Amino acid sequence: MMALATIGLLVFFLYPLCANVYLSFTNYDLASSPKWIGLRNYTYLFTQDPRVWHAARNTLWFVVILVPVRMVCSLGIALLLTRRKRASGFWRTLFYVPALVPPVASVVGFVFLFNPGTGPVNTLLKTFGIKGPLWFNDPSLSKPSLLLLGVWMMGDVMVIFLAALLDVPKDQYEAAELDGAGGRQKLWYITLPNISPVLLFSAVTGVIAALQYFTEAAVASSVANGKTGIDAGADQLLGYPNDSLLTYTQWMYVQGFSSFQLGYAAAMAVVLFVVAAAVMAVLLRKAGLFRRKGV
Amino acid sequence: MSTVPVRRTLAYVAEHALLIALGLIFLVPVAFVVLTSFMGGHQTLTGALWPHPWQWSNYSTAFHTAPLLRWFGNSLLYAGASTLFMLISSVPMAYVLAKVRIRFAGAIFFAVIIAMLLPPQVTQVPIYVMWAQFRVVGTMWPLILPHLFGNAFSIFLLRQFFLSIPTEYIDAARMDGNGEWGILTRVMVPMAKPGIAAASIFMFFQCWNDYYGPLLYTSENPDLWTVSYGLASFHGSHSTDWGVIMAVTTLATLPVVLVFFLAQRTFVEGITLTGVKG
Repeated sequence: MMALATIGLLVFFLYPLCANVYLSFTNYDLASSPKWIGLRNYTYLFTQDPRVWHAARNTLWFVVILVPVRMVCSLGIALLLTRRKRASGFWRTLFYVPALVPPVASVVGFVFLFNPGTGPVNTLLKTFGIKGPLWFNDPSLSKPSLLLLGVWMMGDVMVIFLAALLDVPKDQYEAAELDGAGGRQKLWYITLPNISPVLLFSAVTGVIAALQYFTEAAVASSVANGKTGIDAGADQLLGYPNDSLLTYTQWMYVQGFSSFQLGYAAAMAVVLFVVAAAVMAVLLRKAGLFRRKGV
Repeated sequence: MSTVPVRRTLAYVAEHALLIALGLIFLVPVAFVVLTSFMGGHQTLTGALWPHPWQWSNYSTAFHTAPLLRWFGNSLLYAGASTLFMLISSVPMAYVLAKVRIRFAGAIFFAVIIAMLLPPQVTQVPIYVMWAQFRVVGTMWPLILPHLFGNAFSIFLLRQFFLSIPTEYIDAARMDGNGEWGILTRVMVPMAKPGIAAASIFMFFQCWNDYYGPLLYTSENPDLWTVSYGLASFHGSHSTDWGVIMAVTTLATLPVVLVFFLAQRTFVEGITLTGVKG
């Protein structure tokens, strides 16, 4: 039975990882066999494809903004919840459930709620005398709008932080209180160091998830644009408004599976691999996931 | 003198006020989506916040205009078969990695970790080419078959769970003359039920919520659309009737939330395990 999983690692992981590198040096459209073209995919990627850099910058935005904001919000709410002994189950559930909602459903919901003309959010703002912005239809606000969605869906990280916070030994706090430490000092010198492995783990997994950011951005683009899901002519459709939501993996999807430039998509995958591997190296070195306990 | 209790009370009130405010903010999107699902199409365009009159027919319209039952069936097939396949392949692998001394265990676990963490797009092109050569693009097979050969995240999660089971039980079972297979089925699986349940639930929801896989492999074949993919494609043809769209959105979310409330404890246990226990 274990052989199944070993075969799986070889067929669905190690082989495609290597095959991908080979394909990245070819011109391949699935119809005819791959043709070796050397570094041409890479030179096109790095010097000529204007949209790939645009897409990479958008992805970088989600890595640099979305990941830390989500972590800070999760930690803040988890800290609030550790102080609620009695009703913590209720509150934990309330903040966690949005993380379960199918991403497509939450995006469709949010695009409707933030609809500039008729959405409830701008209606509410109007009752306070504020003229609501265009949200998902404004290129400068479309990514921040997805950030709001990302914070709303942060429950999975929050639950992990909460569990880690509850594991911090109580006597450390008591000792610090005897020494006259205030709340901020306790947070900085006791809480954060104690949960640092969990912080590191969620930072790295968060960055890797952000590098592959696809569904939310793609669906938000097409719903805000009033179009059906991604289909033929996807390269025109994606990234609305104004390419502001075109992420790296979406552009790779278009190149590979809509335009069938599979060699070029493979080259994009190699670049993604290098970046993700660099992030993972940090985790694997620091988190010590290889300790085998109880053998 | 009395300042400490007063400050305590103030802090208590402030914390509660903050928590309640945050809780409301988190609830508001759900409330508006559900409320909108009871509004008439014209009312959703007026920026109304409360349904007037309540239009219950949005839900029956949803079932008429979208092949919802078919989408649910396809999602159930994708998620159910994947979960079953995952269990067949990943439970034994996780047990071996946690409790059996074998050669290359370190290397295999290293590969599992990398496979779990690397973005799936990194291996997407050759895998797609492989399915295209088998002529199964446009069927469910590329979505469910890989799980018969293990799922890296599940192997990782189950291994962490198996590690927490004391080795004495295994030694005792071995003294009683059990082989590895007997130990796994008679000792480990019964003791690891919560972990196995958590891994199953995560696998099920990952597939249920998946958009990228169905987009890649079954989008050309509407008969095989899942709930997530179908919902994303639904709004374009009904872009004026937000009431119906929100009804479909609510219906797509309902099973997930129901299952969560049925299996809440398992959920939290599983998600905690993934982040905390190294």
